[in-house]
Amino acid sequence: MKYAYYPGCSLRESAQEFDVSVRAVMERLGTEIEEIPDWTCCGASAAESVDHNLSLALPARNLALAEKAMPGLDVLVPCSACYLNLLKLQRNVLADKSVMAQTNALLGDEGLAYTGKTGRVRHLLDVLLNDIGPEAVRAKVEKPLHGLTVAPYYGCQILRPYRVFDDPERPSSMEPILSALGAAIHPWTMGGRCCGASLMATHKEAALVSVGEILRAAAAAPPDGQEDEAGGGADVIATVCPMCQMNLDAYQKQALREGGLGVAGRPVTVLYLSQLIGLAFGLSAQQVLLEKNLAVTEAFREKLVHPKELSTAAVTTA
Amino acid sequence: MKTDQTHPAPDEPTLAMDAIRKSLQPCMQCGTCSASCPNAFAMATTPRELWRLLQLGFVDDALAAGSFWMCSSCYTCTLRCPRGLPLTEVMAALRRLAARCHPEKTGDNATFYKTFLDNVRTYGRVQESALMTSYFLTMKSPTLPFAFLPLGLRLLGKGKLHGPSGTQKGRLEGLFNHAATQGDRT
Ligand code: SF4
Ligand code: SF4
Repeated sequence: MKYAYYPGCSLRESAQEFDVSVRAVMERLGTEIEEIPDWTCCGASAAESVDHNLSLALPARNLALAEKAMPGLDVLVPCSACYLNLLKLQRNVLADKSVMAQTNALLGDEGLAYTGKTGRVRHLLDVLLNDIGPEAVRAKVEKPLHGLTVAPYYGCQILRPYRVFDDPERPSSMEPILSALGAAIHPWTMGGRCCGASLMATHKEAALVSVGEILRAAAAAPPDGQEDEAGGGADVIATVCPMCQMNLDAYQKQALREGGLGVAGRPVTVLYLSQLIGLAFGLSAQQVLLEKNLAVTEAFREKLVHPKELSTAAVTTA
Repeated sequence: MKTDQTHPAPDEPTLAMDAIRKSLQPCMQCGTCSASCPNAFAMATTPRELWRLLQLGFVDDALAAGSFWMCSSCYTCTLRCPRGLPLTEVMAALRRLAARCHPEKTGDNATFYKTFLDNVRTYGRVQESALMTSYFLTMKSPTLPFAFLPLGLRLLGKGKLHGPSGTQKGRLEGLFNHAATQGDRT
């Protein structure tokens, strides 16, 4: 399997651990990823708020480059915001010839055009679940994540507004992958709740409320009282978006203190799904750049070093 | 299509507003959007109220309320609206309109998005440290950098911030210029 890879700006900046772990994991899974040459920003969440033409032209330029250099290949996108921008553009252009004409008129200066000859725009999670599959993931696991409870966090833009590979109201696409890694799933309903996105830059007080609620739900005991080792609740939140990761990771202290309700919370580690997969594949903490994550808890590190099965085995033989 | 270039700015906002009002016409005021919105608690007018203002032609009140700046583009309202209206896109269209019609009233809100795109224009790919620096400079708020300072220092300590990369610098200049001459057709 080969993909045209669009990392997006964040993966070159504050989300290097996402890029590095995606590349490492995809290689172990036997897939080939080739970066789209000369790619540029997709417009993020800013373009549509400023200039409609740019919100068409910026994602289209990247798809046009992919079409030119790697016709027919699916475009693999790990960042949820980039994924939605590229997907939305692709759908709009293919659905409406006048949008295609308008968009390509904007790209003309560079001699580029996007006609839809490239393959589909695919999110990393979609590819892991549907192209590679949980069984192939399981086959590569060397250090199962036994004893680790993971809260799958999907955020907004891989789920909405399009139903592509998961149910936007009750997302579950990460669960088969996490189970294949040997992890337990934290039962919660906040997986598709918005993290506040760029409101963290413009209206922090509002975004902190969302982040606080998500973190508290991740740390809370499951409703039916099935306590786990984390003291009831998740050890780690798995994310697939740099913006969600940054909001949940970097603003934890503030969100737990100021984010509404006034209920104390406990810190939760927030990792990229690809980092967790990498760790289960036997990659070291250094290889998945664990030192780049801000809120890695001691309890989490401890569980990585002493997975549950091993420690109980040690207790019984002692 | 050529007409946009010969008659640019003047009636564009009106056309844009007509398009917005037209797309909101089928709204039946059921309130599903407001009930679903994670940020409605922080909005001066809920999404449903905003659509009503626009349906009734209270455009200035709608723009002044500014609720669209509190939208985080989560698409929950768009997904759930029983009329299938493109509500998240309407929110973005209102931000564009407010920035053009009442730049003096959009305050800090428009600044972030504008600064973000300027960064993209300059570097081709977002350069986060340069983005935050110019955001602080543009905002001219003496306290804002301090609100972000603790995070900045932690990111620096993690090796996540670095000087801007020049590999794609200026790459999008032509595209930005071209887009600016086309006018907003939405
Ligand atoms: S959900 Fe749709 S129909 Fe209902 S109030 Fe909102 S915009 Fe109107
Ligand atoms: S897209 Fe905006 S208005 Fe709609 S639910 Fe999300 S935050 Fe609210």
